[in-house]
Amino acid sequence: MNRRILVTALLAGTAALSACKKEPPASLPPEPQPTMTSTPGDNMSGGIAQPGSQAHFEQGVNGQNVIYFETDRYNVDSTDAAALQTQAQYLGQYPQVSITIEGHADERGTREYNLALGERRANAAKNYLTSLGVAASRISVVSYGKERPIALGSNEQAWAQNRRAVSVVVN
Amino acid sequence: MTKTFLALLLLSTAIPAAAQDLGQKPPETVPVETTEEEGLSGSVSFEGNLEDLGIAIPAFATDRNAPTAANSAGTAALGRELAQVVFNDLRNNGLFKPTGPGSLPVPSYPEITNPAWATWTSRGSEMLVKGYVRGGEDGRLTVGCYLYDVALQKELARAGWVVPPVDWRRAAHKCADLVYSRLSGESPFFDSRIAYIAETGPKDNRVKRLAIMDSDGANHRFITNGRATALTPRYSPDYRKLLYLSYVDGNPRIYSYDIGTGRQTLITQSRNPTFAPRWSPDGRWVLYSMAVNGNTDIYRVSAEGGASTRLTDTPGIDIGGSFSPDGRQIVFESDRSGGQQCYVMNADGSNQRRISFGGGRCATPEWSPRGDQIAFTNASTFNISVMSPSGGGVRTLTNGWQDEAPTWAPNGRVIQFFRTERNSGRTGLYQIDLTGKNERRLATPADGSDPAWGPILP
Repeated sequence: MNRRILVTALLAGTAALSACKKEPPASLPPEPQPTMTSTPGDNMSGGIAQPGSQAHFEQGVNGQNVIYFETDRYNVDSTDAAALQTQAQYLGQYPQVSITIEGHADERGTREYNLALGERRANAAKNYLTSLGVAASRISVVSYGKERPIALGSNEQAWAQNRRAVSVVVN
Repeated sequence: MTKTFLALLLLSTAIPAAAQDLGQKPPETVPVETTEEEGLSGSVSFEGNLEDLGIAIPAFATDRNAPTAANSAGTAALGRELAQVVFNDLRNNGLFKPTGPGSLPVPSYPEITNPAWATWTSRGSEMLVKGYVRGGEDGRLTVGCYLYDVALQKELARAGWVVPPVDWRRAAHKCADLVYSRLSGESPFFDSRIAYIAETGPKDNRVKRLAIMDSDGANHRFITNGRATALTPRYSPDYRKLLYLSYVDGNPRIYSYDIGTGRQTLITQSRNPTFAPRWSPDGRWVLYSMAVNGNTDIYRVSAEGGASTRLTDTPGIDIGGSFSPDGRQIVFESDRSGGQQCYVMNADGSNQRRISFGGGRCATPEWSPRGDQIAFTNASTFNISVMSPSGGGVRTLTNGWQDEAPTWAPNGRVIQFFRTERNSGRTGLYQIDLTGKNERRLATPADGSDPAWGPILP
């Protein structure tokens, strides 16, 4: 939890710094303040993200930093494999980057089992990345079980979006 | 501005994990002193259904209206409150047909042990509960409780307790327990506490705090302040500690919170995530589940710490665990067969065998304190169910959209659980009798989940 806020704060800090580098001519009216409220990735669209930032990572993997699972399953299917290969390529290109994989489950499961299931999903993604040559020491995992849904409905579509493993840059 | 914020965040992450999320510590549990207790033998005159049994509960009398820390208006007003708590305990649990002090005459102090029978026979109540409260020199309260059979004009049971003013409600719960036990033949359950998770906020950003309360919802306290997600608490059998899961260091870990010192420690020194804490009935052992490279197994460790023993070793998720009352067996959950099912093993991990073959997924099994039933979540239909320890006689008790996580009343006659609403994700604590009757929602200051009912207080 702290880590995520920290990442957001770091990104916001990066955005502020990069905004400062642009030296506007004195005659022009003051620039609008950079917005700090948007999520990582959004505020970078069209701009140049800093290597090692979440935005740069998401750009580098074409938004494939999230993989999805079937109900109660944790296996990496071909779509997931393609996404993880893209992530592995990025991590190969930027060896200073470490990630945390957050494992999640949908709400249609008991709380404790879902914590274990989220952990299992995050580890499945981690194991796939290490099989592609990414050092295990660069990948940590954390399970949020069903505690952090991204889609808020109680229907198949929402549950499919919530059964996920999300790769997040940590430095 | 941003830099300052960042610096603050960095500083806050440097604070030791244990210090970050705990609020003011709750008071310690003081054993209640019993002055006299007598359950007379002999039959009760009433022969109908217990839910039709009329019980009059007039205000408790006092010898003189003395000032007390328990009530600003003195012991006379406190006597009325005591009777009200007894009345609410019985009424809210659908037990008998009680009449409270609000609609009854107030007996005088000498009448407590010498009822004016004519007053009560004319009111049509079969049973009569009378009590008194006296303020002592040391500030403590003495509370007496008497149960009479009005038709027989006979005393059925009596007991007295000495309590500090802060624990006055416990005397009332003990009186309700005395009445309930004497008339139903069941063990008591009112004088007990519940730990649970208080929930607030939107579905995608729920704040989850560890909280405790008495069995009737009174004396509610938050233990954690909500900065870190807290889940799945369990009271130790002596009420001195709480085990629960916290994300306080960013990862899900089981902590043991010591109510006496207000400090908490990790249940095991491992970098791996730990889930699903459980106590042994004697409080000497703790079960927890730990994930290692995605594979979750159940471990046992002394409540004092030290080395852990791994009890399961199959690939997949083995999680939870609830001891039989004699401490010899453990029922737990495993997906080794492909989906969640319930299994029983010996306390040392030997002789693991599946007991649930009812068709649905079996999750969060909890052994009844009486030993004769296991409550579980049917994780296919999300209903609370019970079965025998061999897996037979399955009965479904609830039918909410999503009901899970059963916990037993100290006497094994009532089950609490939590219910989640479709779409909104809002949660509430519920309870239902083992008979499937008297389902009701418990009043809590916020939404609630993961109830854990402790034993009768010491």
